[in-house]
Amino acid sequence: MQKKRKLGRGVAVVGVGMSKFGMFKDKDSKDHFVEAFREMTASIDKGVDPNDIDALYLGNFSNDFFTHQAHWGPIVADIIGHVPKPATRTEGACASSALAFREGVFAIASGFYDIVLVGGLEVMSMRSTEEVAEGLALATIPYEGKAAFTFPGVFGATATAYFDRYQANREHLFNVTIKSHSNARLNPRAQYRASIREIMDSKIDRARKKGMEVPTWADEKEFLRDPAANPVVAWPMHLFDCCPISDGASCALLVGEELAKDFTDDPLHVIGIGQGSGRGLHAKEDLTTFEATRFAAQEAYGMAGIGPTEIQLAEVHDCFSIAEIVHIEDLGFFKPGEGYKAVEEGRTRLDGPKPINTSGGLKCKGHPVGATGVAQIVEIWEQLRGEAGERQVAGGDLRVGATHNLGGTGGTCTFTILERR
Amino acid sequence: MEARPFSDTSFDRFLDEEKLMGSRCDTCGALFVPPRPLCIACGGSEMEWVKMRGTGTLRAFTCIAVGPPAMRQEGYGRARPYCTGVVELDEGCRVVARIEDVNTNDPQTISIGMPVTVMFLHRGEGPDKTTYLAFKPAEGSEP
Ligand SMILES: [Zn+2]
Repeated sequence: MQKKRKLGRGVAVVGVGMSKFGMFKDKDSKDHFVEAFREMTASIDKGVDPNDIDALYLGNFSNDFFTHQAHWGPIVADIIGHVPKPATRTEGACASSALAFREGVFAIASGFYDIVLVGGLEVMSMRSTEEVAEGLALATIPYEGKAAFTFPGVFGATATAYFDRYQANREHLFNVTIKSHSNARLNPRAQYRASIREIMDSKIDRARKKGMEVPTWADEKEFLRDPAANPVVAWPMHLFDCCPISDGASCALLVGEELAKDFTDDPLHVIGIGQGSGRGLHAKEDLTTFEATRFAAQEAYGMAGIGPTEIQLAEVHDCFSIAEIVHIEDLGFFKPGEGYKAVEEGRTRLDGPKPINTSGGLKCKGHPVGATGVAQIVEIWEQLRGEAGERQVAGGDLRVGATHNLGGTGGTCTFTILERR
Repeated sequence: MEARPFSDTSFDRFLDEEKLMGSRCDTCGALFVPPRPLCIACGGSEMEWVKMRGTGTLRAFTCIAVGPPAMRQEGYGRARPYCTGVVELDEGCRVVARIEDVNTNDPQTISIGMPVTVMFLHRGEGPDKTTYLAFKPAEGSEP
């Protein structure tokens, strides 16, 4: 039984922003952060004077490796005019900016600061695919590295264990991929804004124009089954099971709850926040779950005084298709072994009872690893405030949303619950 | 042998000697492979070395087509994926290890639950020598 915790002072989100995710030859880390920062300031209904920001917490996994430049806290602080006030970098692999968010919440809850900027960034596209794989593999645990596991490999192994235990198969993963693409299609800041059907059509078009043999896929699943269109990366993870290489930044402004009305009449309140850690594949008692996720979720649910059924929509860390299925079980949205069925039945679709990854998820929105945690908050902000445009979850009364961020091979996981009152 | 510290370095040196070793807590008997210096079951800090039989069961695996530089140098890649996985030792602990002698171009032929036996992949010479833990399908079992 985990100890029930609460914040010493309520914390609210009053503005958010993110850069458009993708691969950009002509933009560096500072450019991405400025883009996110501008969007954040514009999102604050009553405005903010950046001089009032007390501190910056910035998540970044490994720009050191990806861009050969470390120590991004003060660099980002400088570009937004925050120097000489403090800037702190947090690192939790792909959960780096969720940790920044959490540190920002604690800094305000303690009463030390009133207004804190949290965010994240990563620029990965300067490196080749092989180099990015190598860079990400730095966040496996040493035993996995020595056994030549890559990131897709760890989730591939998770998938084989899941398939074996619950009689699922690769075809079930296709449902996740098809859903992610169909959501991202409606997200203007997503890296891949095309449904699988549209990707098929464009490939058919191109083959026709080039006078090559025209593919004859009967449907999306046949396309995903075709090894020429969807090659294996780490069995059973194929290209369309994997998130892309991305650049981007995200940020959010946090303030003491009692100050929120100075910024907006419609803030989001941080009602649950949890973090856990994990040990790697060899030490897992159950290869089809992440203990860090379960711990983080229990902590957040306990603090919020609600359970999984009260979460109306969530962004979960779908770095790979199988991950989304495992997470929606670990978070309690569906019973163990039922996640793949829920996805198959459309329950996690935009128009389903429990929409998951309405942004398109990491898979299609993109995954600049250090920026992801706070970018997930951006999606929940837009959905809960009814600002998600074409991908707005219908049905009106949206009050509670959540984000789940996973770092490494499950070494660091967070779960954050936000409420609109 | 008993004097070696319960560390990853010792574990690796044992692999060089073709021994798969774990540590057992003197207090509660909990077994750890790879070895741990501190018992996470009871908090004890007195350990002893135990040699594993080297037999186990495949619990999860993947066949990797896009691998790290060291594996590409060994000739692995899209045309020739390598297999790596999670093996549950007969003694109860699990390890991550390379899986050899399986058809990585047809992963459906590799089955979870299949019995495996240990092997040691030696790479490099002298001070650069590294030994990778690996397993292969047990004699007489279908891969
Ligand atoms: Zn013990």
